[in-house]
Amino acid sequence: MKLRANLVIGGSLFALAIIVGLLAPWLAHTDPVMDANLMNAEEPPSWTWWFGTDGQGRDIYSRVLYGARVSLTVGIVSQLINSVIGVALGLSAGYFGGWWDDVVNALTNLMLAIPSLIFALAIMAVLGPGLTSLLIALGLTNWSFTCRLARASALSLRNQGYVQAATVLGYGDLRIMITQLLPNMLGPIVVIGTLGMGSAVLSEAALSFLGLGVRPPFPSWGSMLSEARDQITTAPWLSLFPGLAIFLTVLGLNLLGDGLRDILDPHSRSRRT
Amino acid sequence: MTGVPLVEVEDLRIDLDDGSRRVAAAEGISFRIDRGETFGLVGESGCGKSITALALIGLLRPPLSIGGGVIRFDGKEIQHLSAAGQRELRGNRIAMIFQEPMTALNPVSPVGRQIAEMFVLHKGKSWREANQLAVESLASVRVPAPERRVNDYPHQLSGGMRQRVMIAIALACGPDLLIADEPTTALDVTVQAEIIELMRNLCAERGTAILMISHDLGLVANVCRRVAVMYAGRIVEERGSADIFRAPSHPYTQGLVASLPRLGSRAALGRTRLKEIAGVVPAITGFPDGCRFNPRCAQATDICRTVAPHTDVLEAGGFVRCYHHA
Ligand SMILES: Nc1ncnc2c1ncn2[C@@H]1O[C@H](COP(=O)(O)OP(=O)(O)OP(=O)(O)O)[C@@H](O)[C@H]1O
Ligand code: SF4
Ligand SMILES: [Mg+2]
Repeated sequence: MKLRANLVIGGSLFALAIIVGLLAPWLAHTDPVMDANLMNAEEPPSWTWWFGTDGQGRDIYSRVLYGARVSLTVGIVSQLINSVIGVALGLSAGYFGGWWDDVVNALTNLMLAIPSLIFALAIMAVLGPGLTSLLIALGLTNWSFTCRLARASALSLRNQGYVQAATVLGYGDLRIMITQLLPNMLGPIVVIGTLGMGSAVLSEAALSFLGLGVRPPFPSWGSMLSEARDQITTAPWLSLFPGLAIFLTVLGLNLLGDGLRDILDPHSRSRRT
Repeated sequence: MTGVPLVEVEDLRIDLDDGSRRVAAAEGISFRIDRGETFGLVGESGCGKSITALALIGLLRPPLSIGGGVIRFDGKEIQHLSAAGQRELRGNRIAMIFQEPMTALNPVSPVGRQIAEMFVLHKGKSWREANQLAVESLASVRVPAPERRVNDYPHQLSGGMRQRVMIAIALACGPDLLIADEPTTALDVTVQAEIIELMRNLCAERGTAILMISHDLGLVANVCRRVAVMYAGRIVEERGSADIFRAPSHPYTQGLVASLPRLGSRAALGRTRLKEIAGVVPAITGFPDGCRFNPRCAQATDICRTVAPHTDVLEAGGFVRCYHHA
């Protein structure tokens, strides 16, 4: 079944990336930063050097493993920040309406009008490179879709019988939003979040490629690509493996998001039956 | 107990603001409910029963608002209570159950949790204690195997079971007043009778007053000690249930009683059509002058068409709003 394939392949790829990142110290052959040895510079892939080595003789395989840590941390944490911001703003805007809704709408439209990578770039320029800056820059710039979705869900859910029942039973606004609205909109929010994680991984790579990400020599997939730029013809494996890692992770997240949508989204569920 | 009635509504008016002007969706609403008493509100669709109940629990939202009058609960005026003050009453001292047991429960939360939440919210219990109390609550509404049922989601329960859960939630905190707005219309007749019986017994045991709202005079009179009949935003007659059946005063009530299938005349039911009141209920924006029932009333005279009648207190108790009442 196609829907299960999405979920299984996507989930496996994402899980693989996480396991690789977590177990990097045990799976890696060498230290990703310290074990430079000019004797082994620019070795092509072989039995000794699975993914080859770079110009300083560092093992690409080990660096790709460690690179997963930065990419996934940025992807997961920044998307979590986005989800929390988007849900908090969208849910409250849809529930309360009025001037607060207008404010949130204006803010969302502003965010949608500026490409988020450009916005992140501007924030990075102010904060300077580094992991924390990456998390902040990417975490603050990609919540508009989540916000829109949460707002639309809250608008339709607040007229549901159980939300009105909760009001009658003396629930406060916050309790209604958390116990009645949030759980009933979680499915699509998770889907958007999963897809957003994929784009955050890509954005991290882009920012690191531009030299605004994690500071060398610590590897991230984006910074590895950046360093490999000049040797793309002479040592293509330097770009190939980090590129492949980004590709597979993003692909996995997109498939996972698709698969989750198939099982979580009530509309696609009713279409199936 | 003190002599203060539990609920006292005096000359309540509910305004409907349709953007350009205000019309009274209900006016001159006065009634009283004593502790532990069962009181019914009857009338055709759109006559203002639900908005009266909403006014009572402070949940009228624009375009509706309270336009005047006093609502006292347990001796205290509550019509201008703060939002927090009203939340304290709602669910805790005044509870309400609805027409739609299918949609009134949160679909993604186990029913036990939804009951337990009431104890956490209003009684400051820990979740541990609250979950325990939820099992007891479910047992009290005669749900079999409550310790297993608490983990069920609403979609796993039948309509009748869900309505029992709703009653358990409503009565969880031991409210003084239970408002039941058409609590059984969505259920089939046998389940309906069971639910009404259960609700009545539980409230009687606990001394909880009931405000029962329905378009079904027979049902309400069965459950309630006193009944108020509403027509087009006004209470036209309020009597003891037995009296209203034996000797309805207001022409509208007379029509309602005549249209009821009577016990003992069941044989006649198949042959003769039930008597219906001719004409239609006026729209809220087009209430006629004078007595609002006059276009449909056989006894209407000139005064009925110009000046609205005041209430007449009846000797046998209760009141009626009609110039030419029986
Ligand atoms: N939110 C609202 N906005 C505008 N008009 C409303 C609103 N709620 C109620 N009304 C109007 O107020 C009047 C009384 O409504 P209410 O719901 O109290 O009727 P009801 O007696 O409960 O009828 P039913 O038996 O159908 O439940 C109706 O004419 C209705 O159209
Ligand atoms: S007041 Fe007049 S119109 Fe109204 S019910 Fe009585 S007799 Fe009929
Ligand atoms: Mg109603």
